[in-house]
Amino acid sequence: MPLIKIRDLHFYRGDRAIFNGVDIDIDRGKVTAIMGPSGTGKTTLLRLIGGQLRPDQGYIEIDGQNVHKLSRSKLYELRKRMGMLFQSGALLTDLNVFDNVAFPLREHTKLPEPLIRDLVLMKLQAVGLRNARKLSPSELSGGMARRVALARAVALDPMMIMYDEPFTGQDPISMGTLVNLIRRINDAMGLTSIVVSHDVAEASQIADEIYLLSGGKVIEKGTPEELKKSSSQWVRQFMDGLPDGPVPFHYPGSEFDVDLLQSEHES
Amino acid sequence: MIGFIRSLGRWGLGTLERLGRGHIFLMHTLAGLPGLFLRPALVIQQLFSLGVLSVLIVLISGLFVGMVLGLQGYNTLVDFGAEESLGVLVSLSLVRELGPVVTALLFAGRAGSALTAEVGLMKSTEQLSGMEMMAVDPVRRVIAPRFLAGFISMPLLAAMFSAIGVIGAFIVGHGLLGVDEGAFWSQMQTKTDWYGDVMNGVIKSIVFGFVVTWIALYEGYDATPTSEGVGRATTRTVVHSAFAILGLDFVLTALMFGDI
Amino acid sequence: MLQKKSTEILVGLFVALGIGALFMLAMKVSNLADFSDERGYQVTAQFQNTGGLKVRSPVTMAGVRVGRVAAIELDPITYNAKVTINMHPQFDNIPADTSASIFTAGLLGEQYISLDAGADDFYLQDGDELMLTQSALVLEQVIGQFLYSVAEGN
Repeated sequence: MPLIKIRDLHFYRGDRAIFNGVDIDIDRGKVTAIMGPSGTGKTTLLRLIGGQLRPDQGYIEIDGQNVHKLSRSKLYELRKRMGMLFQSGALLTDLNVFDNVAFPLREHTKLPEPLIRDLVLMKLQAVGLRNARKLSPSELSGGMARRVALARAVALDPMMIMYDEPFTGQDPISMGTLVNLIRRINDAMGLTSIVVSHDVAEASQIADEIYLLSGGKVIEKGTPEELKKSSSQWVRQFMDGLPDGPVPFHYPGSEFDVDLLQSEHES
Repeated sequence: MIGFIRSLGRWGLGTLERLGRGHIFLMHTLAGLPGLFLRPALVIQQLFSLGVLSVLIVLISGLFVGMVLGLQGYNTLVDFGAEESLGVLVSLSLVRELGPVVTALLFAGRAGSALTAEVGLMKSTEQLSGMEMMAVDPVRRVIAPRFLAGFISMPLLAAMFSAIGVIGAFIVGHGLLGVDEGAFWSQMQTKTDWYGDVMNGVIKSIVFGFVVTWIALYEGYDATPTSEGVGRATTRTVVHSAFAILGLDFVLTALMFGDI
Repeated sequence: MLQKKSTEILVGLFVALGIGALFMLAMKVSNLADFSDERGYQVTAQFQNTGGLKVRSPVTMAGVRVGRVAAIELDPITYNAKVTINMHPQFDNIPADTSASIFTAGLLGEQYISLDAGADDFYLQDGDELMLTQSALVLEQVIGQFLYSVAEGN
């Protein structure tokens, strides 16, 4: 049985459909990548899974529980078992690195301070930032901030972790570090990972399974190898980064020659 | 015409919606207050950034407002040969009105705008969302301690303002203009009532503290999570706080001192 | 840790300063200091006219304040004003036949009650009434009488 089961998911923002009947299964112990062009609501999907947004139709089940039917306290209990890595890292700016990682432990457990210290140092060691524990978030580079956020996300030993665009805006070295970390932490801790991304190369490097979203629907799913061999034109365009194809280069509208023939002051 | 009515209706609905959300937010915040007794450190931290950091501006402003009152009051009273009443004039104006009102305006500008900017920034950098995903209620963890600290700080700051204002007026009145020291204090003491004047001023400052902190936190929490949105929210905090302070001041004054 | 300590100290200082300011307002600026709410005893007095006398107006004896006006009501039978006075507890040896008059401090000042000690051997008790009273001088009446007498004199 998959850990997360999404069925017939519909979500609207105003009149615009973000999701229009999406079915996704996320298997335990695997890294699943959700990919698609910008604006396909990948981050929205994570928020729906985390229970921060409600779907207009359909349901999301995590470990057999319907996320949006849970009471507030049950939902919070569930969230303690979910980690999430925000695009910006979302570190608390008034706390230093150590306190940031200790934050969920201090909020949710009554562990004695020496034990918290050991746990935090262990998590920081795992992301290679044990010696940066005294720094404040403003002193960290983007990649380091994400690694701290990762240490914080796994502080409570969750069952799953969600990554929101972990590779965006990273230099090649920290990109490599993150790719490596996501895979390693997933396997070492027996997690289930969901990676939302549009970086094809990195995502296919670590993912066991990839879902391609576009226009509010799942276009294609499969292992990275399967997708690479896919014959669908849309998949080809996305995976190979072609400028024109099923997703047109030109913003849809009237034809160029029609526009040219019209005067400037048309209404 | 129809368009105008429609936009008016939309504006009205939008305002109602914001008002409703603001009150739900307030209820949520108030529900988070009891939990703070277990974690006083959170409140102390906020008392520092809201209270301690506002002390200097409040003391300096209070001193100068008191000195100006002393000067202006003397010039007016001396025409009636009543310059001995300077103490009364100053103490009543400060304790009843200027203390709570000016302190609240300063507090809105100094601490309120900082609160909005801080909370708005936390929202735009996904810190609030992040807390939610860590199963930590941001209203309880971030908003409630700030609210309580603002609520505590305001009356203390207003008392400081009034006290230093009286001292400022005394410096000008006695030191510069030669009002008799005994008359200054004794007239003040006879005519300034602890319950009727000082306590009513304290009540005003508590109400203002409540409202300003509420507005500031709500604007930050409800801000559009962009730097532009946070900037606009900060401006709104100062403007709305000023309106709320002055409007409420009239209502409270009418209730306390007027026979309306 | 050190920084946390200094934050706490500063916050403590802040609260102390605020409470100190309130204390100053109480003791130095307002009348809380000399008007302790400790209950002395109450006496009443009937006046034909209280003029501008107000609740909390001072009650003095030989210029020294001995109490405050607690209430002013209209007596429904005599149609006089019934004034209740809160006397300070330390003035417990005031003769029972003491008289009360309403005076004005200065020409336009506020009005107060002045007590004139009598010679009785009994002292005023809680609930006693001062029998000898003199009403407030109403300025308009005084001026009116003066004008009248001047006119008659002519």
